[in-house]
Amino acid sequence: MEKIDVTKEEAVKLLKQMYEIRFFENKIMDLLAQNIIDGGSHLYAGEEAVAVGSCAAIRPDDWIASTHRGHGHAIAKGGKIPELMAEIFGKSTGCCKGKGGSLHLADPQTRNLGATGIVGANIPVATGAALSLKMDKKDNVVLCYFGDGAINQGVFHESLNMAAVWKLPVVFICENNLYGMSGAVSRVTSTTKLYTRSCAYGIHGEVVDGMDVLAVREAVKRAAERARRGEGPTLLECRTYRYYGHSRSDPRAYRTKEEEKEWQGKDPILKFRNKIVPAGIISEEKCNKIESEARQEIEDAVKFAMESPWPDPKEVTEDLYA
Amino acid sequence: MREMAYWQALNEALQEEMDRDPNVFLIGEDIGIYGGAYGVTRGLLDKYGPGRVMDTAISESAITGAAIGAAMMGKRPVAEVMYVDFMGQAMDQLCNQAAKIRYMFGGKFKVPMVLRTEGGAGRTLGEHHSQSLEHWFTGIPGLKVVMPSTPADAKGLLKASVRDDNPVVFIEHKMLYKEKGLVPDGEYIVPLGVADIKREGKDVTIASYSRTVLFALEAAKELEAEGIDAEIVDIRTLIPLDIETVVKSITKTNHVVIAHEACKTGGFGGEIGMQIIERAFDYLDAPIKRVGAVDVPIPKSPVLEQYVIPTTEDIVQAVHEALG
Repeated sequence: MEKIDVTKEEAVKLLKQMYEIRFFENKIMDLLAQNIIDGGSHLYAGEEAVAVGSCAAIRPDDWIASTHRGHGHAIAKGGKIPELMAEIFGKSTGCCKGKGGSLHLADPQTRNLGATGIVGANIPVATGAALSLKMDKKDNVVLCYFGDGAINQGVFHESLNMAAVWKLPVVFICENNLYGMSGAVSRVTSTTKLYTRSCAYGIHGEVVDGMDVLAVREAVKRAAERARRGEGPTLLECRTYRYYGHSRSDPRAYRTKEEEKEWQGKDPILKFRNKIVPAGIISEEKCNKIESEARQEIEDAVKFAMESPWPDPKEVTEDLYA
Repeated sequence: MREMAYWQALNEALQEEMDRDPNVFLIGEDIGIYGGAYGVTRGLLDKYGPGRVMDTAISESAITGAAIGAAMMGKRPVAEVMYVDFMGQAMDQLCNQAAKIRYMFGGKFKVPMVLRTEGGAGRTLGEHHSQSLEHWFTGIPGLKVVMPSTPADAKGLLKASVRDDNPVVFIEHKMLYKEKGLVPDGEYIVPLGVADIKREGKDVTIASYSRTVLFALEAAKELEAEGIDAEIVDIRTLIPLDIETVVKSITKTNHVVIAHEACKTGGFGGEIGMQIIERAFDYLDAPIKRVGAVDVPIPKSPVLEQYVIPTTEDIVQAVHEALG
């Protein structure tokens, strides 16, 4: 049997967070379908192992920089789920007072530098945050998430070059879910081995199974250690899959049902359960309990968001300038 | 008071702020050994070292973004983008990220950074090194926009900008760097959002900013010989705009000319003019006159370049028209 390098306590947290993200995203889809909430939402279901595994590999005082598909990052970094849900509703109790919404979850308390609606735009910002850490001689790191689409943006090149030149403590995590909206990596990108772009910057590059939470955790631990040692950035490609479309209005004509089914067969939550239960780390019953608790937690978050007040229009000009 | 050039005043402001606050650092292209394309950062690499005077690759977007990220973490970066014409490369970082981060994150982060750049025509550098693009930034809530005309203002406003907790776009003018003027001794701060009367007068208000203020002052001299007493209001900070000082001047003069180097259509003068109409229409004895560049890219030929941008004579003529 495969050796599983995870304690019971760690396993509980990993499984709990993956379920929280899965149910959070499934619930958002329901709420959108019922028109209870509106606006856009780019859902993270299917990719849970990347956010959860990577955040488990760093310390609470380390930082992350998130993307338009950022709910999972915010939860994995320890964001308060009711406040995240309320933000997506646009309520005043949201983590950004209802001003940002799904695309802009941020929280300095959990050291989440925030999500951006512009693909790749968090990459230079994360680079600057890492620059600040280096200037202050701190041993913290920044995890910078982005999708396969972002690596064709100019800021990817500018920022990786800058981070490499200055050996900044940042881990660039490419969540390769095979499509930038409808643009298949194989069709729009010069290589399907995205991690090999690290060669252009003389930095370490690696690919990892993004459906395997423990594999992600190990790879990010290694990358974070390199960063803390002053060895500079890593480009880590996590191969993963988003179960839903790009956004609510996406009919997914660019991919097949067979492909979706194949990837659902690699489900990160089931894969993890199928490792830890036979290894005797957590019992089947305990897993079921974690699952139902997470489900309830999301229900409670929705209730909190529904009952929360709308922002007062009088507050609309607040927080523009410091 | 000491006489110094505009570039020296900026250089001194940077040194004083770097001496005062270890979180202040500089980041940009050719700001180290080269000392900045127009010399504003000369000597600073030697004094502060590469850890605080950070020379970068030609990457305007990463320069701006790195400044944003560092500012969110508590630093006070002063980024330099060599020409305002290059801001197209950095617009997403500045306008979608820097300007909006505080607001869209519910006030939980602040972005205390200065983006220094320079613009304007006068060196026959052609279409990509001569523009006045301040109106690109004035329509983006969350940014402040500063354009000093004198060495004293350059120093005082830059120091205020470094201390401001918001992203400030600080636009210098390439034809002003060698201009000399008196700068007060000691700690000298000019608060953002306060216009300045550069010349008092009673017959007509000329509202202007940056290099065009110098033309307005020359125009006032010519007008004085004709017995016309012009008041020059230097806007200095476009955002936040001190329209009250302009309005107050108009209540006295009842006539106004707005002059800037940016193209007339879409230039910031349109905004100033509308705010005057909203607040001071009843005080106006004649329509507002606007002086701006011809609505074309800035051409290379010295003859064409001079024709395109506003001059002293254009302002004099506009005053004559305003006074009927």
